[in-house]
Amino acid sequence: MPIVVVDNLRKSFGPLEVLKGVSLTVERGQVVALLGRSGSGKSTLLRCLNGLETIDSGRIEIAGHKMDYAPRPLRELRKDVGIVFQSFNLFPHLTAAENVMLAPRLAMKIARPAARQLAEEMLAKVGLADKLDAHPDQLSGGQQQRVAIARSLAMQPKVMLFDEVTSALDPELTGEVLNVMAALAADGMTMLLVTHEMGFARNVATTSVFMHGGLIHESGPPATMFAAPRTPEFQQFIGQSLK
Amino acid sequence: MIRNFGPSEILFLIESARWTLLLTFLAAAFGACGGLAVALARVAQTRAIRNFATGYIAVVQGIPVLILLFLSYYGLSRAGFNLPPIVAASISLAIYASGYLGDIWQGAIQSVPVQQWEASASLALTRPQQYRTVILPQAVRIALPPTVGFLVQLVKNTSIVSIVSVVELARAGQLVNNATFQPFPVFITVAAIYFVICFPLSLASRSLEMKFNAYRGG
Repeated sequence: MPIVVVDNLRKSFGPLEVLKGVSLTVERGQVVALLGRSGSGKSTLLRCLNGLETIDSGRIEIAGHKMDYAPRPLRELRKDVGIVFQSFNLFPHLTAAENVMLAPRLAMKIARPAARQLAEEMLAKVGLADKLDAHPDQLSGGQQQRVAIARSLAMQPKVMLFDEVTSALDPELTGEVLNVMAALAADGMTMLLVTHEMGFARNVATTSVFMHGGLIHESGPPATMFAAPRTPEFQQFIGQSLK
Repeated sequence: MIRNFGPSEILFLIESARWTLLLTFLAAAFGACGGLAVALARVAQTRAIRNFATGYIAVVQGIPVLILLFLSYYGLSRAGFNLPPIVAASISLAIYASGYLGDIWQGAIQSVPVQQWEASASLALTRPQQYRTVILPQAVRIALPPTVGFLVQLVKNTSIVSIVSVVELARAGQLVNNATFQPFPVFITVAAIYFVICFPLSLASRSLEMKFNAYRGG
């Protein structure tokens, strides 16, 4: 049974239709790379999956939840669906450990000592065991993004969404974030990611999805998709990306 | 009989400044409670609540403090509430403060980036939890310098309540002047006492502003 089902999803911003009937299923443990030019709707699709954007029509089921925008069911869904953003969005007034502890304490009602221990574990997992008490402004971009990943993982989500998480990083810092994500994929985490990292899409993702004009234009295993693009648009896209 | 402006008069002025401070404190305390409610109402999800708060701020800011004072002193006593002048004065100053603090704090809440809302919502926090742990702690840092700056205005505006015979610093100055006919020494002393209260607040506001800018830049 698939862990993510998106059926005929439509979404407009004012007069602009961004998603024009997108359908997608993801199985447990799959790593899905959403590719496409900016404006193709891939980030909007991702943000619809945890209810940050409301949809106009269609159906979303994710991690056993039907999409429902009432506060309580939406919170239940979000406990199982983590998201990491391009701009990290750490809480600047809290330390790394406090950033990670916040949701377990408030949403999962875990006591402070246990939450602290959980934060230590999660930060160790992303290679930041020595940065527990650092504030976000004392960390590099790559370190901040890894804290953001740890913060999401602390909720023990069933699905993780990554929205261009390396796009705001200097090239020499993207590697440390991608390594953490690759380790997560190897652990069997179900992941959907919007990315411009073609290497990651080819080597780590189990499925590539190419979006074009608000629709899924082409999808399949990266090895075959990249070796033999079926559509001229995707061919052109990888041609430009590799330059 | 004309008295001389001597140490006992100066002491009287200094003692009257206690009422100025008390009025400021009461107006700030109640005004802060009201201001927080107004600020939260102004960013509420329900349109009717937002409109009400917007209207409240517009009305309060559009009325002179003096008229608010007359309304709460004469108006409320006419309506059957016989309030001591100090209470009526505190009420009117608190309403005045709530209108301005609500405006300042609404701005501070809204200047917390929307991504902070999204990140905390994505972590399954409830709206009150988002406010308490993520939004307000950041809004406070933004709001602190203008809030302290407003307190300076509040201290000075308490002088208006001298009109309803609360003997605070300004009224005490008038009384001493009437007895001594030495306006320059008297009112320069009054001015100096106001300055001693307000200047540290101004300094604090400025240094908080610098600290906040450093925090943002870092």
